[in-house]
Amino acid sequence: MFAAIHDAKLVWLYSGVLFVLVLSTLIGQVLKSRRKTDASRSTIDNLNARIRAWWKMAAIFAAAVTIGKAGALVLFAIISFLAMREYMTLVPTRRGDHLTLFWSFFVIMPLQYYLIGIQWYGFFAIMIPVFAFVFVPTSIAIAGDTEHFLERAAKIQFGIMVCAYCLSHAPALLLLHIPGFEGRDARLLLYLVIVDQMSDVLQYVWGKLIGKHKIAWRVSPNKTWEGFVGGVASATALGTALWWATPFTPLQSAGMSFTICLLGFAGGLVMSAIKRDIGIKDFGVVIEGHGGILDRIDSLCFAAPIFFHLIRYYFVR
Amino acid sequence: MSSGIHPIASLLAAIARGISGVQVQWAGCEPDDRQRIYFANHSSHLDFVVLWSALPPDLRAKTRPIAAKDYWQQTPLRLYLAKNVFHAVLLDRGSANKAHHPDEAHFVGRHLIDHMAEALGGENSLILFPEGTRGSGEKIAPFRSGLYHLALHRPDVELVPAYLENLNRILPKGEFLPVPMLSLLTFGKPIRVEADEHKDAFLERAREAVAALRRIGNA
Repeated sequence: MFAAIHDAKLVWLYSGVLFVLVLSTLIGQVLKSRRKTDASRSTIDNLNARIRAWWKMAAIFAAAVTIGKAGALVLFAIISFLAMREYMTLVPTRRGDHLTLFWSFFVIMPLQYYLIGIQWYGFFAIMIPVFAFVFVPTSIAIAGDTEHFLERAAKIQFGIMVCAYCLSHAPALLLLHIPGFEGRDARLLLYLVIVDQMSDVLQYVWGKLIGKHKIAWRVSPNKTWEGFVGGVASATALGTALWWATPFTPLQSAGMSFTICLLGFAGGLVMSAIKRDIGIKDFGVVIEGHGGILDRIDSLCFAAPIFFHLIRYYFVR
Repeated sequence: MSSGIHPIASLLAAIARGISGVQVQWAGCEPDDRQRIYFANHSSHLDFVVLWSALPPDLRAKTRPIAAKDYWQQTPLRLYLAKNVFHAVLLDRGSANKAHHPDEAHFVGRHLIDHMAEALGGENSLILFPEGTRGSGEKIAPFRSGLYHLALHRPDVELVPAYLENLNRILPKGEFLPVPMLSLLTFGKPIRVEADEHKDAFLERAREAVAALRRIGNA
């Protein structure tokens, strides 16, 4: 407990985050005092609201990780729960899915985090892709409603995969035993979250500043090539510059952060596509402003498992 | 009758709010101290508790649900919850329908209205589910006539429509285990019985007032 505090490099990482938060808050206030048109006003208000949210998220994250592995696991389990709640609300389920959904929320998802907690890698890695994969359609079939059967089974399984399985790989970084890096795992988790979230933020900033050419306007009208290239390049540069906090060399760190950025982009794109598919005519309209956890972590969901396995393959012996 | 809020009621309200993640919108009126009858669609056991918990605490103490006697009398636990915890007004639903003679039906119906009016008293509000029973959540069933008669009896009481969205997916009829999805509760603009308005016309209008608050399909 609280071992993290004695890790000087982790404190440096936190200091860096604090510095960026202070700096962005100052910039936000300067922009606010200079705004002229109504259009720029709403953009800047939105920006400042995002910065305020970042302060809260950073504080909660830091508190949880400082408590230790248990804190990180509980935090991510709660995030999984809230994300899955948004997802299942959005996805059209039927009465026959009720018990399956109950199991997903109260048995499968908590079990995933429990398995990480007891460090049972062999089961944690296959519980949802294998056991839940078999359980979900069986349980729906037993309920007896065959209407849209395949769709319902697939949608529920996808939700568990993204919200519980994929995301759980972020705190699972804390159970990796990297030679010469023992007790320093919290830095890896922080590194992943910083690079991934800064990639989102920088893509947004670059897109707002110089964005012109849409990447996939049908899926996500705000994503531009300028934002993508600028955001990924600058977040990769940031990740490379943080190599000293990781077991990586600068070159390896560049490769890792580049991978995180690309996968983060992929996660955001896929979740946008899902929202376009079901959101417009459905519950997405209703919970707007209420939800949003899933929007925040969509990039992390895709980046975390790949980052985890890259490290496990190349750095864990 | 309104002897404050039972601690179990507060606890259940907090649990219901947590499970349903309910977002409350006062779209046609604001929370108010005046006497009201809140009437809503009914698809879940959570309906009443969620609606009740959405009211400010000082109003909760004076707001009572109308509940079906036959269902809530079945076990001692149910009876305790209905009577002692939530101060429910237990009504013999359908007793007017079971009557053999029109006069008898009229008499029994009259008795039910008196019973509800008595529960309203000088300061209480009521929560009423005029469909009479829980539905699947897809459609709102035709309203029973109690709302109409009660409104005629007490024209000074405001009739506030409310729509409970998604609770049928959280705890549908016949299930004991809840699925914690998100839900929405919308309070609409109060309605009243217009002069010379026929019973069926009013009940249909009341039903439409509830249905109009629905988000899905009305976007």
